[in-house]
Amino acid sequence: MEYFLELFLGGLTRGSIYALIALGYTMVYGIIQLINFAHGEIYMIGAFTGLIVISVLTLLGFNQVAVIILAALIAMLYSAAYGFTVEKIAYQPLRHAPRLSALISAIGMSLFLQNYVLLAQTSNFLPFPNLIPGFGFMKPYEHIVRSTEIVIYITTAVVMLLLTYMIKFTRMGKAMRAVAQDRTMSMLVGVDVNRVISYTFIIGSATAAIGGVLIASHIGQINFYIGFIAGIKAFVAAVLGGIGSMPGAVLGSLVLGWTESFFTGYISSDYEDVFAFVFLVLILIFRPAGLLGRSEPDKV
Amino acid sequence: MRKIRRSRYFALALIVALAALALASCGEQKTTETAKPSEAPAEKALEPIKLGVAGAHSGDLASYGIPSVRAAELVVKHRNAVNGIGGRKIELLVEDDACKPEVATNTATKLVTDKAQVVMGHICSGATKAALGIYKDSKIITISPSATNPELTQSGDYPNFYRTIASDDAQARLEVDFALNHLKLTKIAVLHDKGDYGKGLAEFAKGFLEADSRAEVVLYEGITPGAVDYSAVVQKIKQSGAQAVIFGGYHPEASKLVTQMRNKAMDTVFISDDGVKDDTFIKVAGEFAEGVYATGPVDTSTNPMAIEATEAHKKDYGEEPGAFFLNAYSATLALLNAIEKCGSTEYEALSKALKSEWVATPLGIIKFDDRGDAIGVGFAVYQVQDGKYVAVQM
Repeated sequence: MEYFLELFLGGLTRGSIYALIALGYTMVYGIIQLINFAHGEIYMIGAFTGLIVISVLTLLGFNQVAVIILAALIAMLYSAAYGFTVEKIAYQPLRHAPRLSALISAIGMSLFLQNYVLLAQTSNFLPFPNLIPGFGFMKPYEHIVRSTEIVIYITTAVVMLLLTYMIKFTRMGKAMRAVAQDRTMSMLVGVDVNRVISYTFIIGSATAAIGGVLIASHIGQINFYIGFIAGIKAFVAAVLGGIGSMPGAVLGSLVLGWTESFFTGYISSDYEDVFAFVFLVLILIFRPAGLLGRSEPDKV
Repeated sequence: MRKIRRSRYFALALIVALAALALASCGEQKTTETAKPSEAPAEKALEPIKLGVAGAHSGDLASYGIPSVRAAELVVKHRNAVNGIGGRKIELLVEDDACKPEVATNTATKLVTDKAQVVMGHICSGATKAALGIYKDSKIITISPSATNPELTQSGDYPNFYRTIASDDAQARLEVDFALNHLKLTKIAVLHDKGDYGKGLAEFAKGFLEADSRAEVVLYEGITPGAVDYSAVVQKIKQSGAQAVIFGGYHPEASKLVTQMRNKAMDTVFISDDGVKDDTFIKVAGEFAEGVYATGPVDTSTNPMAIEATEAHKKDYGEEPGAFFLNAYSATLALLNAIEKCGSTEYEALSKALKSEWVATPLGIIKFDDRGDAIGVGFAVYQVQDGKYVAVQM
């Protein structure tokens, strides 16, 4: 039973991280029907920024909690700036081009950012300090679930709630929903579409940066390539849940995290990815729009 | 039609021309070889010892073979300068096999015909295997400086074969022996990164563990390199009750695994390979790296004989020695030492001497085990202590 619980919580951790990245994928897709392949790289840049800020602040002698909070905030800001810029440079000029052009542009951006970090930083793996303190009350359970993981669950839940609130109850959220439904019509009624799209990228990137800092501090290392696999997995999770749907992205991520964890735990990790993708194919055969997606054949 | 016939004639002419060239180059080689003993006509009374040196001396892989020829030349030069072995000079018979098994059989036949008494070679495992049968039939002891295929010694098919390089499975063997004999652990999880190197090692380790009645392989798994985390695998290791993990792979995965294991308050012993014996591993895993074991090549950089051999090479050939130079140097030394100890090149006596007499070489002090693998060559166990890999005394 304890083993089951451990696998469940491990899967939850993985799923939460996937969710933080998948949210950005799904928001962007919902609004401009673009699969933003550079999103994984934004996550990686978030982790790198976090590391740099942590190194500097630790050197300056800041207190540990202040360091992690500041690092997360600066990483969010920095990644958001990247997300904003990437959209302005690589996607906005292609707004009216065929969708394939924007997709190719996204792949190019992803490769560019990877190699940029490789050149500007290093190709080596770098250690990432674990700054989240072990909570006293967690001590007896530390072998099952770590304090870092608890922080990951809570953060994901909070981010998820905040986003839902924003989409449902704020003006910007309303504008986003309007643009997602019909871009031309929203433009006609006076919605600043470019601004809405920029906001979407900023929010999605900031979310990914939180994921980057959290997972890096959980596993303790980063390099320029971590965004690729995490990005692909999060993309799969977004598709699994129904791309374009925010609760779908979170559900899809958790399902993917648990699938991987339980498959590894009870069967074998040799075929972990094979199984995860077979599962994806099966779901898409029976529910082509994903778990929570609405089928909109005209969008494909 | 006519055109085709003409081109056929042309091809024939080309083959003849090439064959003539090849003969010419063989002829040349022979003259240089026969030139050597004539330098010292005074000792003509004593028969020279003929040492065959075979390997890739031309073609793509010549860079693996040439250093062995030079090593043999250097050792023989030094030896002949002090009157050879018991007054008998040593004569080199250098033959090329281009690393091709089909050529290697001819090379071997030629060495046998030329009455080579011992052979240092061949270089590539495939060519070595092809040639070994011929030497075996003629009862000629053969030492390879570089053929690493485990089968060559382990199959028992070639009792005339020895080598001064660790076989491909030596690391796995060392890891397993270390866990079972030194650390006295029996329940072992074997993990790998699904790559050629890591999985190959893990398969050997699993095989050795299963062959040992004390050991129990409680888990055998491949992990996905680059995965977001390994918490499920780590839980599985814990669940399996493993006392030690033997991991085949490289340091990024190893540091992630170790970090997550230690974070889950597991003190399972972690043993890995020279893909992990890298300072990056210590840097990334930080405090969690402490106590991790990794096998790696025995350090020869401080061995005075290795330094001397390298200097001699630089002096005579004007460049740094290439791959397997020290292995070939050691192989030649070991052969000559055995011949000196038993006073003949007779097969039985020589085998006994190789297996019983320790000899100081640039690779350390070595002798050969019953299968023909050098003891003291190859890998050592290192442990991370205070942020550094330190050799473990066994």
